[in-house]
Amino acid sequence: MTAPPALETQAPLPPLDAAGFWRWAWRQLTSMRTALLLLFALAVVSIPGSILPQRGNNPLLVDEWLEEQPTVGPILDRLGFFDVFGAPWFAAIYLLLFISLIGCVLPRVGVHWRAMRSQPPVAPKNLSRLQAFHEQTSALPPAAVIENAVEFLRGQRWRVRTGASDSEVWVSAEKGYLRETGNLVFHLALVLILAAVAIGGLFGWRGNVIVKEGSGFSNTLTQYDAWGGGRLSSADTIPPFAFTLEDFAVEFERREAERGSPRLFEATVEVQRSPGGPIEPDLIEVNYPLTIAGAKIFLVGHGYAPTFVIRDSSGATVLDDAIVFLPQDGNFTSTGVIKVPDSNPQLGFRGIFLPTSAIDDIRGPHSAFPEPDDPSVFLSVWEGDLGLDSGVPQSVYTLKTEAMEQIGLRALIPGQTWDFGRGEIEFTGWQRWASFQIAFDPGKEAALAASVIATLGLTISLFTRRRRVWVKAQFTDNGSTLVQGAGLSKSEAGDVSEDVREVLESCEGKAQQ
Amino acid sequence: MTTVETVGLAEASNAAIYATMVTLTVAMILFAAYFSSGRSRAASGAASAQVRSNPGSVAVLDRSVPSEIREPGRRVANVAMSLTWLATGLLTLALVLRGLWAGRVPWGNMYEFSISSAWGVLVVFLAMSTRRDLRWLGLFVVAPALLTLGLAVTVLYTEAAQLVPALKSYWLIIHVSAAIICAGAFTVAASSAGLSLVQSRHARSGKQWHGPMASVPSAEKLETFTSRLIAFSFPLWTFSVIAGAIWAENAWGRYWGWDPKETWALITWLVYAAYLHARSTAGWRGDKASWIAILGLVTFLINYFGVNIFVNSLHSYAGV
Repeated sequence: MTAPPALETQAPLPPLDAAGFWRWAWRQLTSMRTALLLLFALAVVSIPGSILPQRGNNPLLVDEWLEEQPTVGPILDRLGFFDVFGAPWFAAIYLLLFISLIGCVLPRVGVHWRAMRSQPPVAPKNLSRLQAFHEQTSALPPAAVIENAVEFLRGQRWRVRTGASDSEVWVSAEKGYLRETGNLVFHLALVLILAAVAIGGLFGWRGNVIVKEGSGFSNTLTQYDAWGGGRLSSADTIPPFAFTLEDFAVEFERREAERGSPRLFEATVEVQRSPGGPIEPDLIEVNYPLTIAGAKIFLVGHGYAPTFVIRDSSGATVLDDAIVFLPQDGNFTSTGVIKVPDSNPQLGFRGIFLPTSAIDDIRGPHSAFPEPDDPSVFLSVWEGDLGLDSGVPQSVYTLKTEAMEQIGLRALIPGQTWDFGRGEIEFTGWQRWASFQIAFDPGKEAALAASVIATLGLTISLFTRRRRVWVKAQFTDNGSTLVQGAGLSKSEAGDVSEDVREVLESCEGKAQQ
Repeated sequence: MTTVETVGLAEASNAAIYATMVTLTVAMILFAAYFSSGRSRAASGAASAQVRSNPGSVAVLDRSVPSEIREPGRRVANVAMSLTWLATGLLTLALVLRGLWAGRVPWGNMYEFSISSAWGVLVVFLAMSTRRDLRWLGLFVVAPALLTLGLAVTVLYTEAAQLVPALKSYWLIIHVSAAIICAGAFTVAASSAGLSLVQSRHARSGKQWHGPMASVPSAEKLETFTSRLIAFSFPLWTFSVIAGAIWAENAWGRYWGWDPKETWALITWLVYAAYLHARSTAGWRGDKASWIAILGLVTFLINYFGVNIFVNSLHSYAGV
């Protein structure tokens, strides 16, 4: 971004000594051409991150992909293609880009600082070679012509320098320094954005939790279903607030157009912002998160938790709970697992919950609409060893059936009880659950501020034209004054003819207008 | 609003779309006729060069010869321009009616985004045409706008419905309106960049144009025009991406999550940033920069069509 064009058309070969080589390499890195190529490189390496599933966004899809592509998959995985934006080669490119940027912009800050404090350059000898050259005659003496021009230019906030030689008087003026100021501010603000992102990455954290209607959550690490944070982060930075999900309201489109599209999600909660503090009602909606001490609570998903009562063969209740089922499609065909470790032998159920039951040959049992118009549950029951004692953590959404045997299969509607031989299960109804993301990002305000500064700098830079104008005046042989004007646009493709026309008009003074 | 009223609004909006398309088709045919009439620009080009070096006197001379007499094809192009204004008015009406029908801004699904983008293309073109003669560009602006509308009514059409909760935010208005204007400016810039590539290739051959391209300005002027458009739309695109990030922070708990839509928005941003750098790098200024301007629009279109339809993205909403 620095070297003048002449240097860039033919890059000189590196000198042989080490210092010379490094100087050459640095100049190459900070050149505009390199910046250009790095911008392209960054664009190109981002593409696989948008096509291949990414661990950060969709870990399940990555696993699926790896299963389907047993040869290519692991190679791509090792090369970091499923975590492109965290891959070393991705980081290498953007870091090089930022080094190139800093190496280019910092020297320009100095150059610009000096330029802003110095006077415009002396008027060139021959104005006729410059842009928008025009000459006219005046009845005023040269000094008065230039005085008028200076007054006009100062009024238009040009930076003005005047001078005189033996025969002529001249004024040299420059305007549009904000173009470079904006440009430098923009580029430096980009560095600030990177720093803010880094702060957020190091100190920020994010956790996910599923909360059933009527249940609560308090901000301690153990309560999260999933929690991830930067190297220097800790959930302790946020006070242990708590909330209870009182009610979760959902509406879906019932008309033909966009049938089944969501229309309303609304979580009514009771919040306790700090331990011992007052409990207050509040609302969390999509686009309207709840903020507590710098952490934000977002509503990110929802689903059904069918409720069951399970009794063993003696009639004693071994389970009475709402079980979180995960939605599998837009109509909330949901799957889940019930584990009963306290019975002997241990029992496990695999279930499909259908809010609006339907069945066909291709899809089997599935839901036809997301709302519970005609709910039912399909259950398979297994007995044997749940494998919970092996010490290996197990997902609550999968049933390991290696050491189990299926002993029955049945569909139930709410209120029905099924005696499966070793006991009975009653499908008592359903609740809703909502999933929340709780995020803390201490860098986001700085990132926003830097983005706003960058956009302002960019806009000012691209909408400001930097240009110079000159006016010269001298007596001619017949006693009148010859006035010459010309300009030079310093931003590419700029047009200075209007500026030159205006300043030449002003030379005649206000009396003429 | 009663059902009868909403059905009326729906029919009126659709009728206005069809009227827009008919008007634009006629405008396109007239622009094409003007374009292929191939008036030579050589004479007027020399005159305008003189105007620059000597303001005042030659400008008077220029005005003394009515342009319609010198270039008969102009009258056709003027009618096409007027029809484009009319079509843009009709399209504005269609969007307003659509919004009234749905009871919200008309940016809730891909059909609505598409007709809004076509509107953006026309508005940017007309806004630019108020300050300079753009009749030579008409064909290359009206054609893509018409194509977008055709695609919208045939493939993407959906009945108006309410917004999904994820779109219920005032950020929809801020984020999408900026993106729509960018769509317009990027399209017009790419058309002009494509024409400048043809012009510069021809200039290298050293021959005089006979036929359609004679009415088109020189490659250098086209490149300046392209860069002005991009200098205008790049900050706007930056703003649109930032507005999207703020919205994402509000809706999903992070301002940047490398969702495919976000990734492609960044790719588009990087390509146009590269364009601006190319414009001030020796050896990149001419044809290469023009190719980058076209590439920029391609990445924008991939983001719009590719990501919405083929990729699993958080930006995939109801009715595509």
